[in-house]
Amino acid sequence: MELNALDQEFMHSGHVGCPGCGAAIAMRFFLKALGDKTIMVLPACCWSVIAGPYPQSTLKIPLIHSAFETGGAVASGVRAALDMKGDRETTVVTWAGDGGTFDIGFQALSGAVERNEDFIYVCYDNEAYMNTGIQRSSSTPYGAWTTTTPGTDWKKLRKKNIVEALVAHRIPYAATANIAFPEDLVRKAQKAKSIKGSRFIHVYASCPTGWRIPSEMSIKIARMAVQTNIFPLYEVEDGLRYTINYKPKEYLVREYFRLQGRFRHLTDKDLDQIQEMVNEDWELLLRKAGEHA
Amino acid sequence: MKRVLEGSHAVAEAVRLAKVQVISAYPITPQTHIVEILSDYCSTGKLKAKFLRVESEHSALAALIGAQSSGVRTFTATSSQGLALMHELLHWSSGARLPIVMAEVNRALGPGWNIWMDQTDSLAQRDTGWIQFYCEDSQEVLDTTLQAYRLAEEVNLPVMVVLDAFFLSHTYEPVDIPDEKDVDRFLPPFAPKFQLDTANPCSFGQLVTPAFYMEMRHDIDRAMDLALVRFGEIEEEYARIFKRRYGAVEAIQCSDADIILLTSGTVTSTCRLVLKALRDRGEKVGILKVKLFRPTPAEQIRGALKSAKKVAVVDRNCSFGAGGIFAQEVRAALCNLPGHPLVYGYIAGIGGRDVTPELLEEIYWKTKNSEVPEKESVWMGLQEVAHGTQRS
Repeated sequence: MELNALDQEFMHSGHVGCPGCGAAIAMRFFLKALGDKTIMVLPACCWSVIAGPYPQSTLKIPLIHSAFETGGAVASGVRAALDMKGDRETTVVTWAGDGGTFDIGFQALSGAVERNEDFIYVCYDNEAYMNTGIQRSSSTPYGAWTTTTPGTDWKKLRKKNIVEALVAHRIPYAATANIAFPEDLVRKAQKAKSIKGSRFIHVYASCPTGWRIPSEMSIKIARMAVQTNIFPLYEVEDGLRYTINYKPKEYLVREYFRLQGRFRHLTDKDLDQIQEMVNEDWELLLRKAGEHA
Repeated sequence: MKRVLEGSHAVAEAVRLAKVQVISAYPITPQTHIVEILSDYCSTGKLKAKFLRVESEHSALAALIGAQSSGVRTFTATSSQGLALMHELLHWSSGARLPIVMAEVNRALGPGWNIWMDQTDSLAQRDTGWIQFYCEDSQEVLDTTLQAYRLAEEVNLPVMVVLDAFFLSHTYEPVDIPDEKDVDRFLPPFAPKFQLDTANPCSFGQLVTPAFYMEMRHDIDRAMDLALVRFGEIEEEYARIFKRRYGAVEAIQCSDADIILLTSGTVTSTCRLVLKALRDRGEKVGILKVKLFRPTPAEQIRGALKSAKKVAVVDRNCSFGAGGIFAQEVRAALCNLPGHPLVYGYIAGIGGRDVTPELLEEIYWKTKNSEVPEKESVWMGLQEVAHGTQRS
């Protein structure tokens, strides 16, 4: 890691996120990697609030807030305008939550990357509509309680695999990243910055409020998501070349689930089933990376 | 230079002359001829602009919000369902004070599917904070589009230039195309007051508490008032250079008229013929063409109508349960004027049905022969249809 990059701060102190907010940590590291020649598009998400109300701003870069479903399209327009002005230096970044990416913003995102628009799309994923009060999204994992999947109606459907959906568009670069692995995250952001065309980074961003965990557990849980293979760290170039960045399997999924209030209702049988699902997804990823017999 | 052009091509010529830098659009009949010719201009370099071929009208306007916020001149065109899909971002564009210009081809909304002329699509967007112009012919479309950029950029509000489906968008007429140098004099390059700029980082469109939001909304309303004044000045300047002027409203033989037919769009041209025929028979009739719908030129409407006894409003639209929309607006403009004329509302030419000279004459005689309006709006030219519920 380039340590000098980490010396620079593009966030002011005093953001209005919750204590332990993974999305705030993710932003801080991404901006260190991307630098001040960055324009950010921010569709409705937790960060619409975290960035602070008028006339204040948490960020030291130009920021355009936009309607919920427009992350891919607004960034396309910003890029087009910069191109017309002859500015090839500035990086355009869309910074969106899972709702704005997996659900309501998926059409505009798919359209933008099909056109291979030259921008980086970052989805910070806290696995539900947290800003509106923990409602389920298509990113909410199997087994999770949310305010719209309460009681015995806990979510019994798989989380949408957003990276594979983007990879299917054959974009130049798609990757996963995690706030508990900042060196890997900064490297991927810098790599994305050096590539032209549509780049997508899916960042795991824990949410103490919505996941019913203590704020000091935010990083630990994020790390365990990788160590259990629930959220593998990998990269895909041109929709074809897979690289898995981290492989040791150190924990069983039940240890990750048992720490979070949102999974409190799950039985041992449920957790066994989830372990099988995680194993199956991991095998699939290994096959894609050509690492499986 | 005069050329024979479609209304759609008149729009495209104006966009070329305005040196628009980013265009973003999604195809919908009857808007397609506009974006086809602009795609051609962009591919041949006749217009040096970036054309974003987006996946929906919603994204078309979203992309322009991004581009315009980055400090370039932008354009889109749409119609009907496409405009309805843009609704959320129509509010966003005016709230963000972006001088985006759009050509909107008036087309009926489904179901049933109908691609023909109807004003309800654009009039339903009256509260979105967009300036709206309704044009009568191709020359007016071209001139108004150029004026739209000047006005939008002076008051920081988006502008919709509205033209009738097919009757205007697909009809060929001789059009005088202004000289590029004269247009450059009238419309200098876009000079944004604010823009996304890494040298001067600012936040746009962020969270606003009750402590500030209301003042921001008040500013939009004030900008609409200013637009009314500025449009008059812009037209003066345009007339000096190009020798053409239309007015926010055009009063035709209104000063001695007992009955005034109030029109918008291409129906006005038909009405001009009817006016001549009725005047030849000694009828004291006039026409008030309303071109500017938002902001409402209420003072000018009152001025033109004040000495008439009756106003017959021809609406090619309907706000279900409340009648024609122009009729509502005219009633609102007149209601505090002592001794104001009676307002007769007529709904005609919905979903592409012709509004013929005979129908307009019928509207005139019906107005003359009715002591008071029978209801808010009367539907004209309906066929006999068997109604009633079947019971088994």
